[in-house]
Amino acid sequence: MMNLIVTDRYDISAVRSFMTNLLSLASGLFMIGLVFLFLGVNPFYAIFKIFSGSFGSFYGFKETLTKAIPLILIGSGLTLAFRAKFWNIGAEGQLLMGAIFASWTGLFLGNDLPSYIIVPLMFFSGFIGGALWGIIPAILKIRFSINEVISTLMLNYICADFLTMLIVGPWKGSTRFGFPGTDNLPDAAILGIIPGSRIHYATFILSILCAIILCIVIYKTRFGYEARVVGENPDAGRYAGIDFLKTTLILMIISGGLAGLAGVGEVAGIHHYLGYPAAVSSGYGFTAIIVAWLAKLNPLLTLISGIFFAGILVGGDAIQISLGLPAATVNIVNGILLICLIMGDYFLRNKIRLQLSK
Amino acid sequence: MERNQRLEMKGISKSFHGIPANQDISFCIESGEILGLLGENGAGKTTLMNILYGLYQPDAGEIRINGTPVRIHNPVESIFHGIGMVHQHFMLIQNHSVLENIALSYKDTPFFFPKLKIREKIETFSKSFDFNMDLTKKIWQLSAGEQQRVEIIKALLNGADLLILDEPTSVLTPQEIKELISILKGMKAKGHMIIFISHKLDEIMDICDRVLVLQKGRIAGSALTRDTDKTSLARMMVGRDVVFNIKREKIERGRQILSVEHLDVMGDKGIPALKDISFDVFENEIFGVAGVSGNGQRELAEAVTGIRAVKSGKIRINDQDITNTSPRHIYDLGVSHVPEERIRFGIAPGLFLYDNAILKQHHLKKFSQRYFLKYKEVKHHTKTLMNDFNVSAHSINSQIRNLSGGNIQKLILGREISEKPQLLVASHPTYGLDVGATEFMRNHLLMLRKTGSAVLLFSEDLEEIFELCDRIAVIFDGEFMAILDSDDQRLCDIGLMMAGSERI
Repeated sequence: MMNLIVTDRYDISAVRSFMTNLLSLASGLFMIGLVFLFLGVNPFYAIFKIFSGSFGSFYGFKETLTKAIPLILIGSGLTLAFRAKFWNIGAEGQLLMGAIFASWTGLFLGNDLPSYIIVPLMFFSGFIGGALWGIIPAILKIRFSINEVISTLMLNYICADFLTMLIVGPWKGSTRFGFPGTDNLPDAAILGIIPGSRIHYATFILSILCAIILCIVIYKTRFGYEARVVGENPDAGRYAGIDFLKTTLILMIISGGLAGLAGVGEVAGIHHYLGYPAAVSSGYGFTAIIVAWLAKLNPLLTLISGIFFAGILVGGDAIQISLGLPAATVNIVNGILLICLIMGDYFLRNKIRLQLSK
Repeated sequence: MERNQRLEMKGISKSFHGIPANQDISFCIESGEILGLLGENGAGKTTLMNILYGLYQPDAGEIRINGTPVRIHNPVESIFHGIGMVHQHFMLIQNHSVLENIALSYKDTPFFFPKLKIREKIETFSKSFDFNMDLTKKIWQLSAGEQQRVEIIKALLNGADLLILDEPTSVLTPQEIKELISILKGMKAKGHMIIFISHKLDEIMDICDRVLVLQKGRIAGSALTRDTDKTSLARMMVGRDVVFNIKREKIERGRQILSVEHLDVMGDKGIPALKDISFDVFENEIFGVAGVSGNGQRELAEAVTGIRAVKSGKIRINDQDITNTSPRHIYDLGVSHVPEERIRFGIAPGLFLYDNAILKQHHLKKFSQRYFLKYKEVKHHTKTLMNDFNVSAHSINSQIRNLSGGNIQKLILGREISEKPQLLVASHPTYGLDVGATEFMRNHLLMLRKTGSAVLLFSEDLEEIFELCDRIAVIFDGEFMAILDSDDQRLCDIGLMMAGSERI
């Protein structure tokens, strides 16, 4: 008989951690290759196409950076929540709520205010929107012990439908010829872009700043310390006198707020109006979960993992066009990579031996 | 199948990682007998029963049933041999009904419509034993006593001739204990064998025909209950006549630091864990709480340090009321705490050593400045702490989960006393430590006493209690049986008090 003996691994070196990640990604790509094979496409060509589409050309790379902005913003916020073991699956909803708040500010105040006032105001209100949507599950969890995975996930749908209601109802634009969606934001409320690209630079800079600041918050501040203790061992947190409600509220304000900022970027930087939820976000809130995970919950590393996954999104578009694959292919790619990364983590934390016995 | 009428364990030994838990234990039990298994925590009672129930394999020795040697590899086989066990923590599914829980474990439950056929069987069965059970109730609606009865029915329905009860009274109210005893006596009359594990002398004397006393993994004695008395059983359990061996220098105690008045606290299971406890602890004093663990020590430590809510009563530090204030507030008033389950409460395993070295203290001015932690100071402090308390680790940047238990313990103790607390609440501070580390730890406690701190020490180790403490309280079932000076001759009966049979 064969037995698998699983024991804890205590000495996790940086090299082993890196190699495990690399191996997880490689095995993920292998499985993705199998999927392509079933779809009747040469897997090597398809994977080559994904990366050449996103990193192989100047145009592609600019697109990749554009899509990396929301991923880095949300992903770095998620690293904080995940460190405290608060499983925020609701970044998508928090992004949309940020977009809604920012659109309101832009649409209804933007005509009368100069750009240097309205743009910061939109970022501010977007942050508030995302944060408000983020603290609901935090309060539900701490006060009423409601599992945050369920509540954050469900709040996504509520927010998406609320947004849809707004754009087919009260906020429906007069210039949309009856199609759902708000009017375009006034010019003052539209974010500047780097010429020749779609990179809205204000948000781009903000995303890099957030990753750096969050790194400092997690590793250098009292709050980051408390969040890490609570995540590692809630009993120790209680023993150390850490206020769970306060800690959780703050971290969800940050995590939700950053997702809200990403929403501002999408609305004011890319689309310039509020459309259907799927058009506003294209699933950044979910992809960012993988971004945070690949970054090993280190906000600074989301700069790399965010760009990597943005590349897969862009490359996914590329193979959709050049190989005629369905749009959902890129979701399959993302899903497989996340599963492989999480499984890799298991092999990193545990030693597994095969024992043969009679 | 033949009924199991006589069970014998012969020369059973079992060790874990080289540490013996059972050494050469032999006993037998016959039909219609109730055997008490008495011993302090860690004496090896549970290990022995787990061997019998098939959860562990003995290193040496054999089990005989009706005179034939058998090997029991797992609980299914032990059930086949007519052995049933009621664990201290019930193995029931909370959201299922009584009937469903019983059907789940019953060996002849049909695959389809499991509940139909078995209901009648349970009803006639529970009538014959006088169990009054509503089979449709969900487990979570039942009291602990009723849940225990479900467990007993489960075992009996599966044909258990021998029933093992692990500390069955620890979760019951006095009324439920009475009911349990009458159930057990009924089973005895029907020819069942019962092994009753307990550390409570009164119950053992009341229920059992014979007692087997375990101490440090060996049989310390065995006797018929009618031929023995509580005093000699207590002696056997504690394992020594108490020797007074005080090496502490005499110090006059100072002013009062901690005062506890009429404290009532609820336990995790919602039954009272502490009942009307009052005591004071003074400067330059070590106040020891002796007792078998699980009698309210943990709840008392948690109440004093603010982790557990107080139902009624008052706790004061330096005349300042701290009842039901926050753990941090209490810490800031100078109360440190070495918790009982150190790995569970004392550390955040995945964080670095230096992170853990300031747990609870990270908000102090020394280590933080507004929103930021002063990691330079933190690391410096960690290094001094490691030097002063002989913590050996690869580096201060290693995750604390990589340290050995002893080193974690030393770090926690160092962390808790390095801030010169007014009061140190120490729960089993030397539990699991080797001789050298134990001595080191005890000397540090005496040092604290010398420098003017008060220490509230919880320990199961009587030698430690007598060696260190100025005054000793004996706790049993949430009450103090006595508070005596440590040179009081009446402490000779400490074993009786720990088992709840004597109160001063």
